[in-house]
Amino acid sequence: MLKIKSYVKVNSIAEAYELNQKKSACVLGGMIWLKMGNRNVSTAIDLSGLGLDTVQELEDEYVIGCMTTLHDLEINKSLDAFTQGALRESLRHIVGVQFRNCATVGGSIFGRYGFSDVLTLFLAMDTWVDLYQAGRVPLAEFVKMKKDRDILQAVIVKKTPLKTVYLSQRNTETDFPVLTCAVSLIGEQPRTVIGARPGCAMVVEDKEDFLYGFTEMSKKEKTEAARRFSEYAAANVPVGSNMRGSGEYRRLLTEVLTRRAWETLGGIEK
Amino acid sequence: MNLSFWLNGVYRHEEVEPDTMLLDFLREKGCYSVKCGCETSNCGLCTVLMDGKPVLSCSMLALRAEGKKIVTMEGMQKEAEEFGAFLADEGAEQCGFCNPGFIMNIFAMENELEDPTEEEIKEYLAGNLCRCSGFVGQTRSILKYLEYKKTKKREEAEE
Amino acid sequence: MSYVSKPVRKKDAMALVTGKPVFTNDLASKDCLIVKILRSPHANAWIEEIKTGTAKQVNGVVAVYTYKDVPRKRFTLAGQTYPELSPYDHYILDQRLRFVGDAVAIVAAETEAAAEKALKRIKVKYRVDEPVLDMHKAKDGKILVHPEEDWEAKIPVGADNKRNLCASGVEESGDVEKILGECKYTVDRTYHTKANQQAMMETFRTYCYKDYFGRLNVVSSTQVPFHVRRILGNALDIPSSKIRVIKPRIGGGFGAKQTAVTEIYPAFVTWMTGRPSKILYSRYESQICASPRHEMEIRVRAGADENGIVRALDVYTLSNAGAYGEHSPTTVGLSGHKSIALYRHTEAHRFAYDVVYTNVQAAGAYRGYGATQGIYAVESAINELAHMMKMDPVKLRELNMPMEGEPLPAYQDCITAPSCTMDQCMQRAKEMMNWDEKYPYKDMGNGKVRGVGVAMAMQGSSIAGIDVGGADMKLNEDGSYTLGLGCTDMGTGCDTILSQIAADCLETSIENIVVFGVDTDISPYDSGSYASATTYTTGMAVFQACQELRKKICALGAKMLEVNPEEVNFDGEFVFTDEEHKVSLKEVAIKGTCGNTQELQVTRTHCSPISPPPFMVGMAEVEVDKETGSVKVIDYAAVVDCGTPINPNLVRVQTEGGIVQGIGMALHEDVQYTEKGKIRNNSFMQYKIPSRLDIGDVRVEIRGSYEPSGPFGAKSIGELVINTPCPAIADAVYNATGVRVRELPITPEKVAMGILKQKLEK
Repeated sequence: MLKIKSYVKVNSIAEAYELNQKKSACVLGGMIWLKMGNRNVSTAIDLSGLGLDTVQELEDEYVIGCMTTLHDLEINKSLDAFTQGALRESLRHIVGVQFRNCATVGGSIFGRYGFSDVLTLFLAMDTWVDLYQAGRVPLAEFVKMKKDRDILQAVIVKKTPLKTVYLSQRNTETDFPVLTCAVSLIGEQPRTVIGARPGCAMVVEDKEDFLYGFTEMSKKEKTEAARRFSEYAAANVPVGSNMRGSGEYRRLLTEVLTRRAWETLGGIEK
Repeated sequence: MNLSFWLNGVYRHEEVEPDTMLLDFLREKGCYSVKCGCETSNCGLCTVLMDGKPVLSCSMLALRAEGKKIVTMEGMQKEAEEFGAFLADEGAEQCGFCNPGFIMNIFAMENELEDPTEEEIKEYLAGNLCRCSGFVGQTRSILKYLEYKKTKKREEAEE
Repeated sequence: MSYVSKPVRKKDAMALVTGKPVFTNDLASKDCLIVKILRSPHANAWIEEIKTGTAKQVNGVVAVYTYKDVPRKRFTLAGQTYPELSPYDHYILDQRLRFVGDAVAIVAAETEAAAEKALKRIKVKYRVDEPVLDMHKAKDGKILVHPEEDWEAKIPVGADNKRNLCASGVEESGDVEKILGECKYTVDRTYHTKANQQAMMETFRTYCYKDYFGRLNVVSSTQVPFHVRRILGNALDIPSSKIRVIKPRIGGGFGAKQTAVTEIYPAFVTWMTGRPSKILYSRYESQICASPRHEMEIRVRAGADENGIVRALDVYTLSNAGAYGEHSPTTVGLSGHKSIALYRHTEAHRFAYDVVYTNVQAAGAYRGYGATQGIYAVESAINELAHMMKMDPVKLRELNMPMEGEPLPAYQDCITAPSCTMDQCMQRAKEMMNWDEKYPYKDMGNGKVRGVGVAMAMQGSSIAGIDVGGADMKLNEDGSYTLGLGCTDMGTGCDTILSQIAADCLETSIENIVVFGVDTDISPYDSGSYASATTYTTGMAVFQACQELRKKICALGAKMLEVNPEEVNFDGEFVFTDEEHKVSLKEVAIKGTCGNTQELQVTRTHCSPISPPPFMVGMAEVEVDKETGSVKVIDYAAVVDCGTPINPNLVRVQTEGGIVQGIGMALHEDVQYTEKGKIRNNSFMQYKIPSRLDIGDVRVEIRGSYEPSGPFGAKSIGELVINTPCPAIADAVYNATGVRVRELPITPEKVAMGILKQKLEK
């Protein structure tokens, strides 16, 4: 049972940050995870009065307020076009519409959950988190940071020209993923992210430059590059076992999803 | 703590504990149609409308209804009868325990999607589990209902 | 107007679709004590010390009970006819704990928060013993689940608590070894199914109160009100006459509620405190300490001759009862009887079984009741045999399937099939699926491959010679009828179906028939809704009661017309001799209220000496992603022989629902344990029942035979419908990929790794 001593709908982020320094305080996101636990929360901090539940499109970046629901993200036409449908693909398997109307992007990202589809895709983009205390931090750095008492105000996605594809493997259509995969070209830079390993999403460094110059490659070269890189990824991405799958299966999936994602990105039809 | 919100069209002032979930609160206030089916936000039985959007009342603090318009099936009886007739004509309501959450989500879907395909309908309703009917009877009734609504709208427009 | 074979709306449909408060927790009074259970964290433990002092001090806590407070009288929780075949192996609370989740203490408090607080304050010192978690190691193992002296099996079923046996036996006919030896083709395969949860949307819950007679009233989400009454009498050690059980609307059961899972707790609390109390099982509890399907490992040896005739079947079932034996001796039989019987030319067969106790969750009754597991195994073995013979599995079944008037080997409730249209079902299913074109597989060219698979199934209609159906038919003074039933509608619509039968028998409008929920004080005795008995057995009781009531109406009408009863007829509206001489039904009814000594009420109890099987064919088309192993059932075609379909809509929806449950069992629903015996799939987050996106098309048609012993020719449909998906899908996956998975569920990983293994072996 979730127990809350006091509930405060804050009037400013500063107030939220102050209250959050107490060890048993807690910032409320979508509350999906919070309500399942047995926590004793002293102060529940609600940010929903601060207008942080919208997606602002600026000239060179999107500022996604931390209280933006996953469903609002899903139906945002501009982000859908910017990600060529990949953002919607990463979200539409998550339980159901009602669930996604509760869950927030801030809660998903701050939690840095291994199973997170959302985190996987955002990591494949030029994404930053805007923390109240620490300021703007690249997401790639944020995923490695330990959980602290800072407040995540917004998720920033820079409008660097982007091509991206999202794939996931699931045992049932709306289950947690067994493995997630997001690949992208940020400008000309290829990036590959594998998540739900079951560990947290991580960027797979292309140390051997298999994908270097991907955009200029011929179809045959792209197919070859995708194949070689995906084998490399399977050999190098640390994977493990959990209830949903073994490490061996995840290794297989790493190769399959990475290859398929790069083939799709490269416009190679099956 | 104080809570002021609209419940099924009536503006209410209530006293509520900070950790009371909306689901328990609504049932306490007599909205027995709102059911609890799980503890992990997976089943959709507790679906209610908050400012027209479908949400899981099991995962929402009652206090978060502050200033919002909450609608349960108790506030949409005529609409429930109208759709329910289609479900009943398939025999697909079966035990009925999943019906209210499922039907409230259909009303939300009608608001949000214009002329959805069968695939879009199924995807919108994916968060509503049912163990009795096998879903296909539910889909049949929704398609018939949407067709009926379309015809009704056309006829009303022609008048 | 006639109602049988018509798609009539359920009588309770509009109440359900408008969300009316008709379920147990909607009816529970607001001042109920909340009952919660402290559960054992250990699979095998002994309570050395239990302190409840500080728990009792929590503000709002009314009582805390331990094993010291309950009667030391063992009972069974199984909802089945007395004397039960299930062993008497429960106390309300025991000092020995036999699985992770077993009840340690009962807390009753005025609020949920107080109850939770009290649970945390109970201090228990456990002696933790080594559990027996592997069902293969249970029989004659040194760790005994029930070493106690007062364990009792009332009926000899081969049970022996000192051997961890809940039941054991061998049945043979003919010389199986000899015939198998003669067969040109034989297979010897073992299949494994898990302890699937029914996962009905409404979890287990019971509400109790004491009435002004000092009797215990129990309002429960149960399929077996009359059995619950007896079980509570046993458990509380009080006469059953002091107990009344009322059944409101139920949010699904599928057999889970054929076991008295929750009733004993609030019953004990209310009986001891005098105060109303209720218990609501969480989904977590409904996953770890409920009453799931028996895990079974089934070895099948099958032999066929060069013409494709299946001549011998040898089945061995190892069934995992878990910590307690409700439904354990009774489910195992169906795994052999209702599978072997599908092959009418079987000259020799053997069915042997062991049902063992282990330190895991106690299994119970789940739709199919052992037949599901047995049919998965035998149908899969037959499919493997067909492949070995390079014969189309449909063709093999066409040669061997049950036929009307032909033998049902090993099936003890009917020597031959009294009614059967399995051949029509197979023929139609073939057409619906376009089998000949799709078998065995089609490579889609995009990394996906589609395969098809087939399975036949049967079940029973009631337990022959045992299940009892009761109907009480009464003519009210306004000319309406009240139908009193003891069977339990759990959403299936039996209240409506039985009203359809009554309306046709009495030649009246269905709106003229009033039905009410079961109340053991006023409803006629009925075994309850299980074993697919309701339409067939209770339906016959309704039929017979109506015939008798017609006679009584005619007798009184004749008296009013001053003629002999043989001279009148009744057409539902009038008792008449001719156009001039008639009295209306209402006039007869009113006559019954004044100066009358002829009751216009009949109670009939029916029991059938046979259990005529319903039959069906299921065909699955799956699409497999050859690299990831993902399996999607894109189409499922099913044709059922339920006898006359009293309500075709409800037959159809039951079949669709059963098929989807079967798809869940085949592909998604898994039960995994920690090393210490704790179940990991303890929520809907971890135990994945199908969502509407996990299925494709499900198409159902009816080819009903006519069963003379059933009302209007009806048999049953309730359980049969879950029996085809597992074997049909397993073979479809094999046809698509060459990978044979013999342990459910067939996960993408098993398929992908199987395909990989094949590649490496090439």
